[in-house]
Amino acid sequence: MPMEQIEIEKLIKASLPGAEVEIIDLAGDNNHFSAHVISSAFAGKSRIDQHKMVYDALGDKVGGVLHALSIKTSIKKD
Amino acid sequence: MTDQTSQDIQTTIDNNSVVLFMKGSKEMPQCGFSSAVVNALAYLEVDFKDVDVLEDGELREGIKKFSNWPTVPQLYVKGEFVGGCDIVKEMFETGELNTFLKDKQIPHKE
Repeated sequence: MPMEQIEIEKLIKASLPGAEVEIIDLAGDNNHFSAHVISSAFAGKSRIDQHKMVYDALGDKVGGVLHALSIKTSIKKD
Repeated sequence: MTDQTSQDIQTTIDNNSVVLFMKGSKEMPQCGFSSAVVNALAYLEVDFKDVDVLEDGELREGIKKFSNWPTVPQLYVKGEFVGGCDIVKEMFETGELNTFLKDKQIPHKE
């Protein structure tokens, strides 16, 4: 797995412990990614807030090196 | 962000029921994510105002602070931030967008 992908996954997991993270390199160019994040921390939150939690985990990477990150969030059922 | 930029954004979303802050125009989007939202709105025949953030550096950064959302496009309906490309696309696919527009009394194709 390329560095960027591992890094994204690590940052999200650090911020959302116990989350399942699936990163896909959409174009195979190490630049366009999609992240599917499944976390119990999303329960009771609006979709906007769920996405914000993922953005927060990635900090200033989003909009910078990560121009193209598509996010999908799901609530983890225990 | 200057107060002026913040005020301008507020005025735009107050004066238009549906506003899309995007890269490029609705006729010629300059980014795939913006284009995807334009397509969803066009499919539902929603009349919306497009604001090209590429034409104004202040606005391009300001809109991100305004909504505390790090990316463009951003869709606003009746003053409310709906989401970016992923959320709008997901809402479109599940039919939620249709319901949402109906709730907000925005004319569109059912």
